[in-house]
Formats: sequence, C-alpha cells, structure tokens
Amino acid sequence: MKNKEKILMLKHLTMRYHTLKQETLAVKDITLDIYSEEFLSIVGPSGCGKSTVLSLISGLLSPSSGEVVITDRKKDLGKSLVGYMLQSDYLFEWRTIEQNIMLGLEIKKLLNEKSREYALKLLEKYELIKFKDHFPNQLSGGMRQKVALIRTLAVKPQILLLDEPFSALDYQTRITLASEVRKIIKTERKTAVLVTHDISEAITLSDRIAILSKRPSTIKRVLEVEFGSQNLSTKQKQRHEKFNDYFDVIWSELNENEKSKH
Amino acid sequence: MRMKNQSTEKYSKEHIEFLRERKKETFKIKFLQAGILLALITLWEVLAAFKIIDSFIMSSPSRIISTMISLYSSGQLWSNIIFTIVETITGFILGTLLGMIIATLIWWSSFTFKVIEPYLVVLNALPKVALGPIIIVWMGAGMGSIILMALLVSVIISIMNILNGFTNVSKEKILLMKSFGATKIQIFKKLVLPSNISTIISTLKINVGMSLIGVITGEFLVSENGIGYLIVYGGQVFKMDLVMAGVLILAVLAWCLYACVAKADFVYSKKK
Repeated sequence: MKNKEKILMLKHLTMRYHTLKQETLAVKDITLDIYSEEFLSIVGPSGCGKSTVLSLISGLLSPSSGEVVITDRKKDLGKSLVGYMLQSDYLFEWRTIEQNIMLGLEIKKLLNEKSREYALKLLEKYELIKFKDHFPNQLSGGMRQKVALIRTLAVKPQILLLDEPFSALDYQTRITLASEVRKIIKTERKTAVLVTHDISEAITLSDRIAILSKRPSTIKRVLEVEFGSQNLSTKQKQRHEKFNDYFDVIWSELNENEKSKH
Repeated sequence: MRMKNQSTEKYSKEHIEFLRERKKETFKIKFLQAGILLALITLWEVLAAFKIIDSFIMSSPSRIISTMISLYSSGQLWSNIIFTIVETITGFILGTLLGMIIATLIWWSSFTFKVIEPYLVVLNALPKVALGPIIIVWMGAGMGSIILMALLVSVIISIMNILNGFTNVSKEKILLMKSFGATKIQIFKKLVLPSNISTIISTLKINVGMSLIGVITGEFLVSENGIGYLIVYGGQVFKMDLVMAGVLILAVLAWCLYACVAKADFVYSKKK
C-alpha cells in the first residue's frame, strides 16, 4: 500500500461546532494520508465525529483549522473528485432507477450520451439493468443501496466516502452487500473511506483502519489489515485467525475510550 | 365474457368471496347515502305539506324547485352561477399561484422566513371577513373586491401549507444533492418541488373550498351578483325559498369544483 501514491491528505484537521449554548470541539488535529485505491475505514465510538471527518473531506464543511489536500492526477475531472454514499439510499421515489442514477450527472451538467452509457453499463455490470424502469419502492433495501452506489459511481469520483452505508440494512443483506460493494470499489479502482461503528465490517472490508478516540476525536491508531490473500471472502476473513487479533486490538482501543469516559 | 371467466378462475374461492363481500359493502354504503338524502327530502316535503312545519320559514323541497325554475326562466340562475364560478376560479388560481411563489421565496431565504413568520401566523389566524369593509372602500363594490377577498382567504393558507412541505424535505436528501455540488436552484427544481407535488395538490383541494368561502363572503358584502348575493338578498326580503335554493346551488357548485381538483389528483397519481 505504501508504494501507492497519496491521493488525499488530511493535515491537522480541527472542527468546532457552535450552538447558542455551547461550543463543541468535534475533531481535533487529525492528520492522515490516504493512498490511491486503498480502502480505509474509520472506526470510533458513536457520536465521536466520524461523519464530520467525511463532511470535511467532501468539502461540505470547512474545517476550523487545518486543511484537506486532494492530489489530483487528472485535473480535468476536478468536479467529480469525491462521491458520497450515505446511511440510507435516499433514492427519489418519483424517479425511475435509470433517472435516479443520472441525478449526479444532471446536477453536474455532465449528462451526455457517453456518460449515460457509462452509468447504464454500471447498472448492467452489477445486475440491476432489468430494474432500470422500475421505481425505488419496487426494489429491496440491498438493491436500492447498490443503485445508490452506482448513482455515486456514475459521476466517476476518484474517492468514495461511505458514511455507514450498510447500517440501515438487515444483517444478511448487510454482509452480502458490504462485500459486494468492496468488490465493486476494487474493480472500479476507486479509493474509499468508510465510516462505521461495526468492527467486523471494518476488518473484512478495509486495507487500513483508523481508530478514533471519543470526542474530541483524534486518531488513536492506524492499523494495517493484511490477510495474506487479497481475494478472501467476508466469511473466510471472519474465520481467519488474524480476524480475532484485529478485533481484539480495535475493541480494546475503543473500550479504553469508554473507561476514560467514566 | 370469456376473458372475465378466465381471470376469475385464477383466484381462489376465498378471494372471490372476499371480493364479493367488498362489493356488497360498497353497495350498502352507496345505498344508504342515497337513502338518507331521499328520506330527509321526503320527510321535509311531507312535514311542510301537512303544515307541521311552517314552509314560509322552513321552505320545502317543492318550493325550492319552483324557485329554481323561476330563477332559470328569468335568466338569473346561470348568470349568478357563472359570476360565482368565475370569481372563485380567478381567486383560486391567483391565490394558489401567489401562495406558491411567496412560499418559494420564503423557502429560498431562511432569514426571510424567520423575519416573516409572526406576520404569517397572525394573518392566518385573522378572520379575513373583518377586512371586508376595508377592501370595499379601497377597491370599490365590485368583482375586484370579491376576487381579492377570495385571494386573501386562500393565499395565506397556501403559503403555510406549501412552505411546510418545502421545509420538511429530508435534510439527508439535500445533503445528497449538495454532495453532487447542487446549486440552490437545482435543489429546488430536482428535489423540493417534485417531492412536494402531493402537498401542492392537497393545497389545491383546500384552496377550492377556501376561495369559495372568500367569494361568498365578498358577495355578501358587495351584494351585486352571484349566489352569495341571492342568499343574502333572499334573507333580506325574507324569501327563505330563495335562501335555500341558493344554499343548494352552492353545495352542488362546491362539490363540482372539488371534483375537478380531485380528478386532477387522480390523473396525477395514475400517471405516477
């Protein structure tokens, strides 16, 4: 992973939220390099400001101090550097699946024959093409979230930000969809930053895991995940002896947080 | 016929029984609805015929019908109906359009919304009929005043309803739009407006009734033309037949206008 080039650098990111009653320091001095085509997870106790980090990367929020640097290989794609995948699919019920996946392209005014074809090809590649004229409410939760991923991929982002995208799904769908999404992201050679509170999800999906402390969040530790082979399935990874080691490390890091809280 | 048989064969006996039960129930409801109306009319007519009630004060179905016939033959029936319809539709269209435009502007700037909110609340609670004399003095006793009254009655409620729909659009969907770099216009056109079509249609349904209220109130005050004028005139000269006939026409009119909007709703949801 280290021989890959850096695509995203977080430099001393600090974020404060202001309300009338108080000022909250959500994120404190986060410095992290993310490499091209890696799958990085950010885990942390709930409410620690994991999502804030993603909002900062996407540019939806600007940091109180510090900066986000995205090194762009192809400058002309500047508009579509980051794509967001949210907790729920948020497909528009009044649009068909095809119209839904074109949403990002429409907004960015990138919709033309070529981009439409690319989006439809993605739909075909991931076995959803037969639903292209269906409406979202005719699809299952897992399929809907896959459509949401394709909607994000359609604008050809280099970095995908995944904000607990599987948390709203039932257990079985979550496991299958998560590994499917990993496969898609790897096939499309995208860089991904996943935020999750699910430790085993982080281990089975990621190449690296950044563990955050409780609020104000800082990076406690960055863990390299290595199972020897690249092509293990989620189940194989979960049964792998290393899985438990990783799990224990993350668990104890997170629990240390809990202890210091009380 | 054959087609029908084939399609029923697909269903189980239980399902056919279920469908039959449902059909029976619908029929029962319709039957009772018509029955109640018919019974009330008959009772009213009989009571009046046997002089148990005073038909000078209470009127009677036959007297209402003969009043309508004489209105029709003197040409007053249609001219008054048309006046009321034109005023209502104009007030309805203006009120809804203006309501939508103002709601959009307020949605656009949350600062404006915060500034304007107390005014909206007071205007909404204020009985618009109280503004009648002011309107007549300013606009003169004519159609303009009546339409303005209808507009006032419908516009505030439109603003409140539509604005409520606009501000209730899920924050996450807006975040999604923003993550694609959407501008405010795009968020409005691609998300806020399409997700509020049903809000707008339900506002239309309310507004038909509202502008009719406004029009009748206006006609009461201006007293020149229209169904409202017939009713108020009938009251002044103590012709209860005319008052009752006016109310009856109004009921039919209200139902027709509502049915038109409901039809639009049906067409829309079918298209969906």
